[in-house]
Amino acid sequence: MDEAVLRTLTPTVIGILVRRGADFAAAEDAVQDALVEAVRVWPDDPPRDPKGWLVTVAWRKFLDTVRADTSRRHREVRVEGEPVPGPAEAVDDTLQLYFLCAHPSLTPASAVALTLRAVGGLTTRQIAQAYLVPEATMAQRISRAKRTVSGVRFTRPGDVATVLRVLYLVFNEGYSGDVDLAAEAIRLTRRLAAEIDHEEVAGLLALMLLHHARRPARTGPDGRLVPLAEQDRGLWDTRLIAEGVDVLQAALARDRLGEFQAQAAIAALHADAQAAEETDWVQIVGWYDELVRLTDSPVARLNRAVAVGEADGPRAGLAALAGLDPALPRHTAVAAYLHERDGDPTTAARLYAEAARSAPNLPEREHLTRQAARLNAQLRS
Amino acid sequence: MAKYLLLKHYRGAPASVNDVPMDQWTPEEISAHVRYMNDFAARLEATGEFVDSQALSPEGTFVRYDGEGRPPVTDGPFAETKDLIAGWMVIDVETYERALELACELSAAPGAGGKPIHEWLEVRPFYGVPPTVTE
Repeated sequence: MDEAVLRTLTPTVIGILVRRGADFAAAEDAVQDALVEAVRVWPDDPPRDPKGWLVTVAWRKFLDTVRADTSRRHREVRVEGEPVPGPAEAVDDTLQLYFLCAHPSLTPASAVALTLRAVGGLTTRQIAQAYLVPEATMAQRISRAKRTVSGVRFTRPGDVATVLRVLYLVFNEGYSGDVDLAAEAIRLTRRLAAEIDHEEVAGLLALMLLHHARRPARTGPDGRLVPLAEQDRGLWDTRLIAEGVDVLQAALARDRLGEFQAQAAIAALHADAQAAEETDWVQIVGWYDELVRLTDSPVARLNRAVAVGEADGPRAGLAALAGLDPALPRHTAVAAYLHERDGDPTTAARLYAEAARSAPNLPEREHLTRQAARLNAQLRS
Repeated sequence: MAKYLLLKHYRGAPASVNDVPMDQWTPEEISAHVRYMNDFAARLEATGEFVDSQALSPEGTFVRYDGEGRPPVTDGPFAETKDLIAGWMVIDVETYERALELACELSAAPGAGGKPIHEWLEVRPFYGVPPTVTE
């Protein structure tokens, strides 16, 4: 059994311990210990019933901890011997865990860390590596998060929207180190989609699949960003695209549009174009109109300006841009792009260089500098 | 082994020999530069001398405490300050000479016209730990 399969059992086993009477924080610790043990023992001695093995070992670890705590406090051992046989596994244990880990009382970073550990079954070390912080820091973040939700009853249903925001954050982090967070986010969203029938869960899953499909084309050999229009579409993963489109169509058929479905629809239209020139920008603008209506987000308006520039020409794009706050991230980069399309390379080069100075990350800074350099070289010759 | 900080400045270091802003290079020159930098870091990892490398955005603010219950006092972005750090690399090497040698390699990264930038880098030793054996 590989580690990924092992990890999928995490939320189920936590759920079983909680129903036997363990509190969430202790159950989560015990299951994490059991996972570590499994990684050590299973290769030589694989169990016939992995879940049963994990439940037994985690429960024993939980009892050990309780006994140690209790004897430390010179109190009588109250939890004894054989576990009370729990009720048959409830289907919504995993779902409750998603809600708990994305509880609104948690900060986004804490919710992300707790979700990756308790639902995703990643170790603290893996999560720390993925977010480039020391392991001790991540351990503290997780234990504080567990304290924060310690009073939350495990049986109360939560808000799907908060769970989706957490999964979206994980997906957007991409991947660094040996944990592929984008793939992990897809796995967790797939699992959620299997637990709950909700159009926006499907919308987010479709969005992730459609974007993940482009990943092989998104960076060049030296790590540089390749913009959508220049990507080698032959590198896009058609299997993921087909699945994303299916999931999206089923969601849209329910006629309850949400922001993730709208974003996925835009991604699907890009995926549908064999070449950049074949992109149906008019429809994309329509979806951005929906997205702006649903979210009123300035970022959606900014992206809409780009789409308008493609659908109705750069002047129309610049007009759409004119009403937006110039302090918006990437506003200057969009302005540069539209000015170049409008046949003004001098202004575009200046704006690209300016955008590079305020870029939020190194690959973008390099990309924007390269755009400025390309235009400056043209202007010199 | 001793740790050194190789410090790169947006502003504040003496001008490089090949001092042309990157947006005036050709795209191929930018690619060559990026490749050189990536190769350099990879080589240091392979020799067991690499510790850390980070880049900083050019935006920054000075801030200080202004007394109980008062909001932080900020100053900046500081267009007028002389010194602006762009990033660093931390290396762990046998000797000071090795630190200088590596800084020189970094400074030789290609720039405009494919020629070395000859950028000035600041080399700063970290304080180490006190030795266990003292007599």
